[in-house]
Amino acid sequence: MTWKQLFTSSVGKKFVMALTGVSLIAFLVVHAGINACIWANDGGAMFNKAAHFMGATVVIRILEVGLFIGIILHIVQGLILEAQNRSRRSIGYQVPLGNRGSKWYSRSMGLLGTLILLFLIMHIYHFWTPSRLGGIGNIHELGIIAYDGKAYHNLYGEMVIVFQSLTIVILYVLACISLAYHLMHGFNSAFRTLGLHNQRYVRIVHATGVAFSVIVPLAFAMMPVSVYLGWVK
Amino acid sequence: MDHYTMNLTLKVWKQKNQSERGHFETYQVKDISSEMSFLEMFDVLNEALVEENREPIAFDHDCREGICGMCSMYINGRPHGPWHGTTTCQLHMRAFKDGDTIVVEPWRANAFPVIKDLIVDRHAFDRIIQAGGYISVNTGNAVDGNAIPVKKENADSAFAAAACIGCGACVAACKNSSAMLFVSAKVAHLSLLPQGEPEKRNRVLNMIEQMDKEGFGSCTMTEACEAVCPKEISVDNIARLNGEYLSAAGAIDK
Repeated sequence: MTWKQLFTSSVGKKFVMALTGVSLIAFLVVHAGINACIWANDGGAMFNKAAHFMGATVVIRILEVGLFIGIILHIVQGLILEAQNRSRRSIGYQVPLGNRGSKWYSRSMGLLGTLILLFLIMHIYHFWTPSRLGGIGNIHELGIIAYDGKAYHNLYGEMVIVFQSLTIVILYVLACISLAYHLMHGFNSAFRTLGLHNQRYVRIVHATGVAFSVIVPLAFAMMPVSVYLGWVK
Repeated sequence: MDHYTMNLTLKVWKQKNQSERGHFETYQVKDISSEMSFLEMFDVLNEALVEENREPIAFDHDCREGICGMCSMYINGRPHGPWHGTTTCQLHMRAFKDGDTIVVEPWRANAFPVIKDLIVDRHAFDRIIQAGGYISVNTGNAVDGNAIPVKKENADSAFAAAACIGCGACVAACKNSSAMLFVSAKVAHLSLLPQGEPEKRNRVLNMIEQMDKEGFGSCTMTEACEAVCPKEISVDNIARLNGEYLSAAGAIDK
């Protein structure tokens, strides 16, 4: 048993998925919390300052590297697992078991994850690249706004521009629905992969997982909707 | 329960040997009693086929009382047929109605190659057991049953896991053809007991290594295995195995 085997055996691969998954869940909490500042209805001042803090603090920039490593591992390992698992049955069944044994979203983690990945490419292009790499080459640069004589990136202004398009808003909402179902299975399953079998904690994790999978994606989905419908000023 | 007879259409997988491509063949069976077991219905069909000088359908069976794990049919899209917690041999024909069409397939998994018709090669399970599904004790006189105290909860959980008959329905139902429910039942059954405790770490590592070599997939926790298991083995065993695997892998000092 080597360290390599620990991460490359069938159980080890799921261990990587669970660890990165749980850290991505933690990231979602921070992301949703910061973004919820748009609902302060102060023209985005609180949100812009919070975003500035996230972008300008060295500790968080280091954590961001960890986040990128985690998400790339989760994507690559997920795609490898999906391909390997599909190859385990060359001849399928005439009559599939279908929903009699499991939930459709538990069986569709690869598909849901791929939808989220496609969304992430669009999402990073909308906000992350202009914010971090704006001005380099022909990457679009964010507007600047001043609070108390200090200059900030106007990320809120960028949201208002991006979410003018109904198509984009619909794509964002669809991505949030994919995320909800991905979490509905993933949250619970990650803890099972990490070895949780104590019934008392299984129940707590399950309830937390369902609540998290509904509340967090719903909060995310309401952001583009709120901006599009002019609910935030 | 009222007795009735029925006429059925069977669509059964026929395959000459491991290398030949198989196909479905349609059979009509008449006057099947609702009190027959599913395998007895196959016996009736096979007798008729033999009398007509046609080749009977090959299928696995042994004890016919739900404890040996030999029967293995995938009936109408579900391992061991429509009843919960029931093996094919214990499935009665009253589960079906007159005029039904029943599709019968072998277990589908690359780790379980078809030998003939509905019979698949499940030696992969034997090799996983050989890799660590046992306890090493010197033979001799039987030890007094109460010599080693066992916690009641552990005894119960170990007993529930030990109910696994190794039929392979979990692999057949799993979208990844994963053998995790089987392996976890064997791991939990032994590691929960003081007799299995000393070899706990190597057992789980070796059994998983063998499982991977045999070409089973990994576990997505869809829980389809638990839903179809004739012995109602719980997926909690899989979570227990995961935890044991990680602590064993982390604790190894070589």
